[in-house]
Amino acid sequence: MNRQIIIIILLLFPFFLSAQEEEKNSGQLHGNFETIVQTYRVDTIIGIDSADVPREKALSNSYMNLTYTKGKFSAGIRYEVYMNTLEGFDKRYDGHGIANRYASYTSDELEITAGNFYEQFGNGLILRTYEEKTLGIDNSLDGIKLKYKPVKGIKLTGIIGKQRLYWTLGPGIVRGLDGEISFNETFKKLAKSKTHFLLGGSFVSKYQKNLNPKYNYPENVGAFAGRINLSRGGFIISSEYAYKINDPSADNSIIYGYPIFKDGNALFVNASWSKKGIGFLFTALRLDNMSFRSDRSASVNDLSINYLPAITKTHTYAFPAMYPFATQTNGQVGFNADFFYTFKRKTLLGGKYGTNININFSQVNSIKTEKITINPDAEIKNLDGYTSDFFAVGDELYFRDINIELHKKINKKFKISLIYMYQDYNKLIMQGKDSILHADIGVFDLTYKISSKQSIRFATQALLTDKTQSGEKNDFGDWYTGMVEYTYSPHWFVAISDQYNTGGHTNPVSAHYYNFAAGFVKGANRIQIGYGRQREGIVCAGGVCRFVPAASGFNFTLTGSF
Amino acid sequence: MKKTIILISINLMFFGAILSQENFNKLPSVDVKTLSGKTLNTSKISNDGPIFLSFWATWCKPCIRELIAIDENYIDWQEETGLKVYAVSIDDTKSTGRVAPFVNGRAWEFEVLLDANSDFKRAMNVINVPHSFILNKNGEVVWQHTSYSPGDEDEIYEVIKKVAAGEDINH
Repeated sequence: MNRQIIIIILLLFPFFLSAQEEEKNSGQLHGNFETIVQTYRVDTIIGIDSADVPREKALSNSYMNLTYTKGKFSAGIRYEVYMNTLEGFDKRYDGHGIANRYASYTSDELEITAGNFYEQFGNGLILRTYEEKTLGIDNSLDGIKLKYKPVKGIKLTGIIGKQRLYWTLGPGIVRGLDGEISFNETFKKLAKSKTHFLLGGSFVSKYQKNLNPKYNYPENVGAFAGRINLSRGGFIISSEYAYKINDPSADNSIIYGYPIFKDGNALFVNASWSKKGIGFLFTALRLDNMSFRSDRSASVNDLSINYLPAITKTHTYAFPAMYPFATQTNGQVGFNADFFYTFKRKTLLGGKYGTNININFSQVNSIKTEKITINPDAEIKNLDGYTSDFFAVGDELYFRDINIELHKKINKKFKISLIYMYQDYNKLIMQGKDSILHADIGVFDLTYKISSKQSIRFATQALLTDKTQSGEKNDFGDWYTGMVEYTYSPHWFVAISDQYNTGGHTNPVSAHYYNFAAGFVKGANRIQIGYGRQREGIVCAGGVCRFVPAASGFNFTLTGSF
Repeated sequence: MKKTIILISINLMFFGAILSQENFNKLPSVDVKTLSGKTLNTSKISNDGPIFLSFWATWCKPCIRELIAIDENYIDWQEETGLKVYAVSIDDTKSTGRVAPFVNGRAWEFEVLLDANSDFKRAMNVINVPHSFILNKNGEVVWQHTSYSPGDEDEIYEVIKKVAAGEDINH
């Protein structure tokens, strides 16, 4: 802990220096902060008994970032306080302290960072450290990062470090190299070419000591990836292929392949064409055994080195987002297609202001596998892996989503949005229970502008599930919701809503989830208070999810940036 | 003792932050990408007139509402003040591919930047999107705001007009 004090003093040093030079206008100190407080109470109607209420009655997650910049030098710290951690987040966060600190030097050619850093190679298939506060994810590396740009358009990155695991570091060392060349920037002849061409490659390796006397786990596990990005006119094609060498882990149940532990691979393709008023997108992702963590026994959201994006559409309304897709890192093959179009003004469908539509379709299946036998030894025979045909699609459906969105400004006062969504969701794969759930979802959203500063918004949504074999409604059954929100620009908002659940197979009790919220915004600061019931559910961002238990009580959020 | 030192240090830094608020603020030096894949360093963002820089994402409804409101006025505002709009998408790999067809499908004419691992967002201390900034022609941040309610665009334009006229912003 003495180390932390020294670090703070070092971090403060430039501040004191700059304080003396205030008149020269040299350094800048900026930051942000957030406090979330939630109180908990017994609410048996939504299944919260006294045993479910945390003993603290109120829990809170908070942090503050401070960044000091002076010319090419910058340094920052983040102080985090979890007293105690909010329900639904990992309780290993309980406590407080300096969770993040770094210093860096950046010039046009060179960037050096020491301390905690975030970095992504290519699309992140073999390396991405990032922070997602809503999920409680912070897998930052603590170590050294170097970036070097020897000539225009060429960028080389090297990293080494250990990953954050709540208040400690994971056991593995992560090392990586990445190179990228943008041909149009590097070669003058291509500077004016209409075709833009980018190539990149990366290598990442983790080291973790093998302490298992029974299995000869590889202590060094490497992964490499190559990527390409091509654009011309309205076309953009970007693709990355990644390969990971023998990586036994808790995720893949220490699976064998050939010649020893199973390798992994991933192919990610994004292709789009668009011009003013119209856009097409096609995305595909195939994964086989691609979980990659700096501790082979880690699970859930801990110590992921790479990022495997969910390619399905991220929905923002509550009901379309109720059964979200989570990336299946052990194996999946999926694709997503989108069509964006604006019906022009003064046409039949466009009306006076034009109409926007988005049609989206995505489907994810298992990969096709065939079991192999390598080990005659009965004891480890069950670890035998499989072979998989790269171009075949497995029979098991994981997720399917067909949706259409329509947005239209009717006149100066009214705007509407309409969404219909057809969804199939494999609960067994995603949540480990039951089987496929089908849902039909509708959203209607209307904004009415009362005056130049005041507006009122009504949103109603419905989610209807199919019936199980026993004749009950699937999972929690049907949901209906209504919401009214009043805003007074630029400072105030008040919202009131109720979600009504009919109950179903998982929980036959019907319930109202009412909520009230009010807030005030000024500049970059925002304060919000709320009271109500939070339904049990899954919160996701980018294919990574966390489970949130039902809660009832007051909540308070304060965010600010300076 | 240890905790006291930490708390005092943080208080000091906070105090320093308040003091230093007056002499804002050039954009930090962070690499982002353009839609065609080129790297752009954010310290090179410039314009002869005011800049409206908005952090958004394809999955963020209020962000899209804000950008629609700006888009509806963009031609007029450009003519009147020389404004340039930068829409910085924080969509990660999951949806960076959506940004180009989304923006073109909406026929927006903003400068669109991709901040796929939130490096620029972090450097600007943005917590939630939408979060927007207004810069003067010297590239100094003079105004910022988080969230969006219908009608906010009127306040935004008042600030842009003042910035274009070289007036001080007291926010």
